[in-house]
Amino acid sequence: MRILLDQFTKTFGATTVIDKMSLDIESGEMLALLGPSGCGKSTTLFAICGIHRMNGGRLLFGERDVTHLPSQMRNVGVVFQNYALYPHMNAFDNIAFPLMIRKMAKPEIERKVLAIAELVHIEGLLKRKPAQLSGGQQQRVALARALVREPDILLLDEPLANLDAKLRLEMRSEIRRIQQETGISAVLVTHDQVEAMSMADRIAIMDQGQIVQLAAPKDMYDEPVTDFVASFLGNPPIAFLQGTVEGKTIRLENSDIVLPLDAQAAKQGNGTPIRIGVRPEHFQPEHPVKISGKISFIEEQGREELFDVTLSNGMRLRSVQANGGAFRLGDEVSWGLAADKVLTFDPSGRRI
Amino acid sequence: MSSNFRSWPMTLLLGFLSLPIIVMMVYLFVDTVTDTTAGSLIPDRFTLEHWRFLFDAPQAGRSNIWSVTLNTFIFACSTSAIVVMTSLTSGYALSRLNMPYRRLLLGGVLTLHAFPTVTLIISIFLMLQMTGLYNSLLGVILVKTALELPLGIWVMKGFYDTVPWEIEMAGLTDGASRFTVWRRLVLPQVHPGLAALGLFSFLAAWSEYILPQVLAPDGASQVLATYLQNLIKDDRAPDFNMFKSVGLFYAMPVMIIYLIFNQKLMNIYGGGTKG
Repeated sequence: MRILLDQFTKTFGATTVIDKMSLDIESGEMLALLGPSGCGKSTTLFAICGIHRMNGGRLLFGERDVTHLPSQMRNVGVVFQNYALYPHMNAFDNIAFPLMIRKMAKPEIERKVLAIAELVHIEGLLKRKPAQLSGGQQQRVALARALVREPDILLLDEPLANLDAKLRLEMRSEIRRIQQETGISAVLVTHDQVEAMSMADRIAIMDQGQIVQLAAPKDMYDEPVTDFVASFLGNPPIAFLQGTVEGKTIRLENSDIVLPLDAQAAKQGNGTPIRIGVRPEHFQPEHPVKISGKISFIEEQGREELFDVTLSNGMRLRSVQANGGAFRLGDEVSWGLAADKVLTFDPSGRRI
Repeated sequence: MSSNFRSWPMTLLLGFLSLPIIVMMVYLFVDTVTDTTAGSLIPDRFTLEHWRFLFDAPQAGRSNIWSVTLNTFIFACSTSAIVVMTSLTSGYALSRLNMPYRRLLLGGVLTLHAFPTVTLIISIFLMLQMTGLYNSLLGVILVKTALELPLGIWVMKGFYDTVPWEIEMAGLTDGASRFTVWRRLVLPQVHPGLAALGLFSFLAAWSEYILPQVLAPDGASQVLATYLQNLIKDDRAPDFNMFKSVGLFYAMPVMIIYLIFNQKLMNIYGGGTKG
């Protein structure tokens, strides 16, 4: 089902947390709300499920206006960060609870619970209490409970935050599989860009109550609209260099390093300050636009190596290389930028 | 027991320290079924006549033990029931609902708890006289309940505070009403507190002496505590053995409750739930 959030405003007391935000979630897509803590992503989620009242704007589920409907009448499924399983009920009763509330017939409940348990692979655990389940299993029960009454939308609030690293990887693909098999529209709230990039069809990146950019993960990675978006996506993160435009080149601040980045420089007038963003994979020995510096940090990551290169003016670039074994800490290197992949931003952070 | 810690010196010390209490307990029991010559510690003969109060018709001016016991049960049970029900609901409200003056209420309730009963007894006496509840069991129940409530409310609030918010949110989004969420999802989590509070207020009312003594001194609404006091008050020849028998009879329900529920009673000090 298509979910439309239109001009949504939320205030807590005198502070406006979210001001006139609009968001369109297409039918069957998984949309990630990504942002730092306090950016309003959880607030948005709680507004959609009806726990927070909206102070302005509309919320549509398909054609139905649910803005003023209480949570109980909205038909949303929510998976909370700590799963919020009912500790005194076993897994079966937990999953059956939403159906029991609807006074569904016993055999019908049993059939549905078993079907959904099979989907999330917990058929053998239905008699256990939540305390007897592992983190990943609790997560599956929580998913089953959210999905069992076929909600219009599935809301996931930091679903992987409480899992250890290995389980996180497993549940990431599991949640995606279950969402795709059921074809349900879903909103995933997360502060982890890897989660958002790997699970979602589209990402809405949020900052201070506003959606900064809404795009597919790959598009957002390649074409960020601001330096905030660019710095939020990607691990290891993008590196920024300050400079000014000089004709068809860019001179880096406090140095005589001049970069012949004519395509980017041409868009700006002479003498304009500019920020250059270079992702680690675009700063490599073989690339053409050379820049010299000293290797100031090496991190071995097994499959690849991560280098920090400090330039003569103290600025730092990052490079990630699959076969960089020949370099040592302190080496003077002259590596190149991929000129067409370099991102440039104006002083306010907007992409040029 | 670990090998580098020998338990018998500790057992011996504790046993020695508890000896006075144990002796008192033993004699409380022994004296109810025996006669002892004054000045002697060794009982002379076995007798059940000290328990005659259970079967004989009461002497003039005394109440029947069974109606007094019934009174005490009514007193303790109603107090406990009202305290539990009020604390259950008001504890939830104070823990969860965004009410105006919430902090003031919490502070006020705590202040009430800090007042010793005796300091209030005169004003309570006057109030009961004005409302016509003086000398009735109902009046004593209301007063005892009011005095027990602050602790109850705070204990229940503490238990509610340990229930995660998300459980309630999950219940709401699962389609349950606020009341259903409270009854089906929250109440089971605070169940240990509920049981402990019920027992505690029952025991507090059961052993209450000063309130019935002052506020309902008449025979019709007498409870065991005041009955016991009446037993030795007016007599020229006090029958201490019968006094002990009534005392034992009075303490029996308390001991039984402790034996059965000691696990639950511990819980109130644990102050939490186990999932």
